[in-house]
Amino acid sequence: MLDRAAQQQQQAEARPVAFRGAGFAPRASRYAGWIAMLIVFAIWQAAGSAGLVNSLFLPTPLSVLRAIWQLAVTGALWQHVSASLFRIGTGWLLGTLAGVATGFAIGLFNHARAIGITFISALFPIPKIALLPLLILWLGIGEEPKVATIALGVFFTTAISVYSGVDAVPRNLIRMAQSFNVPFATIVRRVIWPGALPSILAGFRISASVALLLVVSAEMIGADRGIGAFVLQAGNLMQTDQLLAGVVILSLFGLAIGKLINWLETRLLRWR
Amino acid sequence: MDLIADHISHRFGALDVLDDVSFTVGAGEVVAIVGPSGCGKSTLLSILGGLLEPAAGAAKWRGAVPSGSLNPLTFVFQDFALLPWCTVEANVEFPLLATTLSRAERAALVTDALQRTGLADFRGALPKQLSGGMRQRVGIARALAVKPAILLMDEPLSALDSQTRELLLEDFIRLLADGAMGAVYVTHNLEEAVRIADRIVVLSRRPGRIREIVPIAITRSERGGLEAREKLLALQNELWSLIRNEAIDAEREVQHA
Repeated sequence: MLDRAAQQQQQAEARPVAFRGAGFAPRASRYAGWIAMLIVFAIWQAAGSAGLVNSLFLPTPLSVLRAIWQLAVTGALWQHVSASLFRIGTGWLLGTLAGVATGFAIGLFNHARAIGITFISALFPIPKIALLPLLILWLGIGEEPKVATIALGVFFTTAISVYSGVDAVPRNLIRMAQSFNVPFATIVRRVIWPGALPSILAGFRISASVALLLVVSAEMIGADRGIGAFVLQAGNLMQTDQLLAGVVILSLFGLAIGKLINWLETRLLRWR
Repeated sequence: MDLIADHISHRFGALDVLDDVSFTVGAGEVVAIVGPSGCGKSTLLSILGGLLEPAAGAAKWRGAVPSGSLNPLTFVFQDFALLPWCTVEANVEFPLLATTLSRAERAALVTDALQRTGLADFRGALPKQLSGGMRQRVGIARALAVKPAILLMDEPLSALDSQTRELLLEDFIRLLADGAMGAVYVTHNLEEAVRIADRIVVLSRRPGRIREIVPIAITRSERGGLEAREKLLALQNELWSLIRNEAIDAEREVQHA
């Protein structure tokens, strides 16, 4: 009886086991995003050229490129870009230095943690641009209040990412270092700093975006130069091609910062 | 150099973990600590190595530190505790950075430790490129580099597969054979305990108290023979009968929790 069952089984047709393991592993194709973007621009350009879209409300990509070219040729582009770059650079650097120092203090010392977290929890949710008028009162109408607004925004983001990074360093590594009598400063430099670096770099990515957001906002409120001021002026004069040129430049700023952080991550986090 | 557990008790909050544990590890002696899950074996080791302050009692040492020892009480960790951003060589050198040794002296110690653990060809590799067994070898090389008097090993083989475990246990036995280093070896595995130790401290379930200290009459060098193996197996069974019921209770307690 068993033999017959075995024979029947052998005679039955062998069927392949269905593959069920596909999906849930998305991979970005290298060129698909660029091709999609080119298609969108082409449709946009075609719609504008055919008169389907009013160029006052939505200028074509080519007219935006022409506007950028004009700005570059007249030297206005560099004037606005350099003003914004100076504010972002100075504000980001000051905010980052203070944020890293505060974040490490909160991550390492009891009193700093108790005091720091309370202050950060209370002050972080405040939109920093709301403080610009007060900062103008305190610091005057020059570059200082704009730089200070950016520095404030960057500071909180950085401090939070740094102390979260310090907290996330595996405790077993710290205990290992302590078990070899490694001094405190060496543990901070060789264990905690590299261990917290992924979180710190992720914080830099966010704080750079915050700096970009705040520089535009600050320039729209109180500046005659800078990309934010330029975009606002172009909007007031209904020069939408110039307005979009400013937006494109901001987008390029963001892309450049993202690339820079990617490069830093590749270099510094090779071990991951 | 002797290491002394002097009436050590400890609690975490309201939970009593260790209760009045006392024993001494003599120079060059290997003492295994066994007991049911949660009996405080690893806590006891942390206290002995100065990484945890006991609620009562103390860890003490007596005698002279062997000459050249840079860190007399040195841990080998269950999870290896390697710096993932450092190469094998940098991991082994890491504890030496805290010393006054010159770069050349450090390099000599690192090379010696890497050679003793069979890692000389892997000095430039990152931990993520190594198998679990190789990672633990790096942990051992790092410990050897500081020339310890007593190794404090916290379940050093429990994260490894059985074949790697066997190979590394043989390495441990070889490294400890000349009696230059002593060891406190915390393990769940009774076979490991009877193969490596001179004495076995059996702890009760929580709060861990010493139930028995079992000396192994057969010297470590004589444990390869068939007769010795039979005796060790009998001892292993004896130890299991000592802790079996408590291990079952501890397991139920964990499930209940």
